[in-house]
Amino acid sequence: MKEIVVISGKGGTGKTSITASFAYLSGKDIVVADCDVDAADMHLLMKPDFKESEDFYSGEIAKIDQDKCTNCGDCANVCRFDAIPVINGEYIVDPLSCEGCGYCARICPVDAITNELQIVGEQYVSTTRVGSKMLHAKLSIGADNSGKLVAKVKDEAKKIAKNNNKDFVLIDGSPGIGCPVVSSITGANFVLLVTEPSVSGLHDLKRVYQIVKKFQIKAGCIINKSDINPKFVKEIKEFLNEEGIVHISNLPYDENFTKAMTIGQTIVEYDKGDLTKILTKSWNKIKGELL
Amino acid sequence: MKIAIASGKGGTGKTTLSTNLAAYLSETEKVVLNDLDVEEPNSGLFIKGKLIHKEDKYKMIPEWIEDKCTLCGICQDVCNYNAIVQIDPKIIVFPPLCHSCYACSELCPEAALPMVPKKIGELKHFEYNKLSFIESKLDIGEEQAVPLIAQTQKYTDEHFSDDTIKLYDSPPGTSCPVIEATKDADFVILVTEPTPFGFHDLKLAIETMKALKKEFAVVVNRFGIGNDDVLDYCEKEKIPIIAKIPNSRKIAELYSHGELIYEKVPEVKLQLKAIKDYILKMIEGGKR
Repeated sequence: MKEIVVISGKGGTGKTSITASFAYLSGKDIVVADCDVDAADMHLLMKPDFKESEDFYSGEIAKIDQDKCTNCGDCANVCRFDAIPVINGEYIVDPLSCEGCGYCARICPVDAITNELQIVGEQYVSTTRVGSKMLHAKLSIGADNSGKLVAKVKDEAKKIAKNNNKDFVLIDGSPGIGCPVVSSITGANFVLLVTEPSVSGLHDLKRVYQIVKKFQIKAGCIINKSDINPKFVKEIKEFLNEEGIVHISNLPYDENFTKAMTIGQTIVEYDKGDLTKILTKSWNKIKGELL
Repeated sequence: MKIAIASGKGGTGKTTLSTNLAAYLSETEKVVLNDLDVEEPNSGLFIKGKLIHKEDKYKMIPEWIEDKCTLCGICQDVCNYNAIVQIDPKIIVFPPLCHSCYACSELCPEAALPMVPKKIGELKHFEYNKLSFIESKLDIGEEQAVPLIAQTQKYTDEHFSDDTIKLYDSPPGTSCPVIEATKDADFVILVTEPTPFGFHDLKLAIETMKALKKEFAVVVNRFGIGNDDVLDYCEKEKIPIIAKIPNSRKIAELYSHGELIYEKVPEVKLQLKAIKDYILKMIEGGKR
């Protein structure tokens, strides 16, 4: 069983559209996971049935028992996150600022503070409209620890793939270079970088690749919207060469991507021309890199 | 006035709007633009100003002093992030996991864990014509954006007067970095695109702003593609749409070269004027 993670560093390069196309082409042969738990979109194209859901707990939050509290203010003094403001004469925990360090509860002289486990999201096990198993999640507003939720979604996906003898787990990764994306690519066999030929596309590609490199994971790259700016395509290709990243393919700038998404389809269903050909070839090439 | 430019989804045009709006406003107003997407700051690719100041940014982490330590185990016990571990006869600190809560340091009976600064990124301050621009970049391998975002806002507050319009180019998503970037804003502009992805993520962003009790409005980017779901929803929920930036390949090309767009696409300038009018009206109305 091999794990393929699609990332881009920058948003809006077409990561989810491309991942969903591969998922559609593979049908039941793979397990799919959406690890962009902040703003998951893959379900809009794969129409999973949200069959099983489970609350995801992570971290803690302070809770002050007002009956016990003597308003001494020690808790607010030690809190480094300004999470205990005084509201109407009472010390109240601001759930969006509290990072659950537990310091206030430890030093409260009258034991008025407890740490409660936080529900920070929901995770789902679904079957998609093409019959594959899909793992996905929704992070609560302002929640921390999205890296942990990402790890959990991935682990479940791998378990299901192993139990059902599937060869591939295909993962839509997280944006950025922080905790969630590190969590997305940990343990992957192949990272697909989706980029676009623009100053920001190249800038973000280089930044996110530094992390891939640190983990020593084999990588490939699809350059989307490649006809927008030939100069940058050249620069991206030079970067791929220098780093030994496999150039998988170029995709033209095509509003069919948006048109397909608007009617809830993947591009390989909607487009009967070049885009589907290129994406089918790309997916076979990626799988070929792992066999 | 502090205005955050945010969006649930990456790639909807936050940076395009932030940079173009900042440059346009600076023609007549005092403006400072902050790039708070510290994981992937891109505003600086469009605003090529003169560097006037640079400083490293730090977070505080505990440093173990072996001679003072009695290996009592309190530090490991009080850390909720597994950032400090006792493996006799040593105490090991894992800086990426530390949230700088100071519990281990201050509750250590021997004062064997003083807090010391650890570099997490870099802040740069540029001047471009009349526009000031502050950018912070998180070091690769650092996982926590929040402290750097908070420090960047602090720098801006210390260096710019209250009558300056402060624009925050925010990170994508709805988790803690976005909260940190928007929680002090007087007003939030949510950028979206009229597609199912854009609509879905806009609803998440709206939910976030409502949780923060923020006043907000919507700017639709790539107007002309997709469908009317975003427009219908905003109308139904009485959310003002203050500008519609047209979808055009030309804009995508200018953007790809790292150029500002409004000087070359008159329609974009018109839309920026609409946003500016809205902002100035708010300022006159005493909403600061």
